[in-house]
Amino acid sequence: MPSAIIELNNFNYEIDGKPILKNLCCTINKGEHLSIIGPNGAGKTTLIKCIANIFQDGTGAITLKGRPLNTYPQKELAKLISYVPQAEGANFPFTVSEFVLLSRYPHLSPFSSPSKEDFKALHQALKQTETAEFEHRKMNTLSGGQKQRVLIAAALAQQTEIVLLDEPTTFLDPKHQSDILRLLKAMHEKQDITIITVTHDINHAATLSNRILALKEGSIAFFGSIKECMTNDILQPIYDKEFLFINHPVSNLPIVIPETL
Amino acid sequence: MNTDNTQASRFRYKFIWLITATLFIIGGAPFIGMTYIPLNSILDPQNTLEGQIFWSIRIPRVIISTLAGSALALSGMAFQAVFRNALATPFTLGVASGASLGAASYIWLGLNLSFAGFSGQTLFAFLGATLSISLVYTLTQIKKGFSTATMLLAGVAINFFFSSVILFTQYFSNFTDSTRILRWLMGGLEVIGFESVATLLPFVVIGCAIVFYLTRELNLLTVSEEVAISRGVNAKQTKLILFFATSLMVGGVVSLCGPIGFVGMMAPHICRLIFGADHSRLSIATLLFGGLFLTACDTVARTVIAPAEMPVGIITALLGGPFFIWLLISNRFEKQGM
Repeated sequence: MPSAIIELNNFNYEIDGKPILKNLCCTINKGEHLSIIGPNGAGKTTLIKCIANIFQDGTGAITLKGRPLNTYPQKELAKLISYVPQAEGANFPFTVSEFVLLSRYPHLSPFSSPSKEDFKALHQALKQTETAEFEHRKMNTLSGGQKQRVLIAAALAQQTEIVLLDEPTTFLDPKHQSDILRLLKAMHEKQDITIITVTHDINHAATLSNRILALKEGSIAFFGSIKECMTNDILQPIYDKEFLFINHPVSNLPIVIPETL
Repeated sequence: MNTDNTQASRFRYKFIWLITATLFIIGGAPFIGMTYIPLNSILDPQNTLEGQIFWSIRIPRVIISTLAGSALALSGMAFQAVFRNALATPFTLGVASGASLGAASYIWLGLNLSFAGFSGQTLFAFLGATLSISLVYTLTQIKKGFSTATMLLAGVAINFFFSSVILFTQYFSNFTDSTRILRWLMGGLEVIGFESVATLLPFVVIGCAIVFYLTRELNLLTVSEEVAISRGVNAKQTKLILFFATSLMVGGVVSLCGPIGFVGMMAPHICRLIFGADHSRLSIATLLFGGLFLTACDTVARTVIAPAEMPVGIITALLGGPFFIWLLISNRFEKQGM
């Protein structure tokens, strides 16, 4: 019996009076890998920012481990949830290790300098994401794929039960895309982390996750298993286009194939 | 681990240079000036004019220039971090002109107040700084996703608006007040005695202590507000505390010395290029460099046309103007991500 870790109950969010998320109700289970898909502007990024408490003035309720999200002090929340922003624009003037070490903030008390444990978390995260070789380079000198791995390393160094990722494979070439996918899979399997990924790539969602949540115009259009999702009955109304499906020759799972023009 | 050590020793080396330069300039500045100060007169200030000049004019002045330079530089650093833009400083965002407006209206109103040992002019400057910082902050809160560029433009507008109000008060002042306001607006450090030091010190100490306490939060805010929040920083509260600290420092300095421009932008930017963006190092470097830079400028200002003195604001702006343009066109600006 899966136990709930995050619950949304009639959750609404608006920006400048325009509703972005409407009446969302769903339960995310502990240890699952959930992908959030949907067309541009559907509210996917807004949703994970609300779950990360970056956007704080939504109405309705988000519950984390049975406790309302807005009753957590920010620092306590940061011990439970980490957030991986889009790599696009990650041009801050820190070196890789400086940046990853910043994620230890919720574990530090005021004035104390990073302890052995913090450096251990740093080195582990760098090793796991294979970023140790360029740990002294500035973030703004890295390639897209390297940046993305460092951003994930930072989330790992934060040592949280839940990791939220915003489009981790967009803007990456096929090799770097599969590197990231493998990394996420390993994180999920070995460390029992609950992962929520926003993605535009339906096939990535299908290969990686246990369940898919599809948003359209701020509402939940589908929430369920991969198998149910990968049909035109579900996807066609969400994206306003037909898809061609085929079973993957190795995994035998349904995937979307490019259409002929 | 080897690279960690070389990096650490490189920073140590840079800090040794900076500390040496600071000691050299701040220690040497009181000896430079129109009157030659022989060493033995310093030991006998009661009976020699030179000794008196040294102890009751030059030393307080150097202390003031160091405090003011450090405070302005540290405020600039905090603003640049919070707004993630090298052009966002208390000056470009209208905080200094708010403080100026406060002080100018105090002169114009002909008031003579003091509260808890602080002069009315200082308090008015602090209130003016707080007022304009609240305006800037409200602007960022009203609209979600207010871009830094828009906010800088708003800051420039606030700056112009307050400057016109200052000119307005000056225009309608009598001749004496008008000259006083104008001279003070140029920015200068012609303060005499340790009283001014005592007035400025609490503002600078409290302000600096707050900024130093928040260096980790500044690091995370430099990355982005959403990353800072997701790492556990209460971004809204941190910004408010930083704005309060900046108002204190800018208000205190401006009321005493007038709006001295460009230190707040140049000092932290140069230090960021040399010492990197980690605020635990950067804030110490900025504090030292700001103090030594303003002291050096002030020493030039009071010697270059001796026996007359130039307002130090002219020197800093003369150096700062071209630097500002270099900053705008330089590549580093983009690469630094600031």
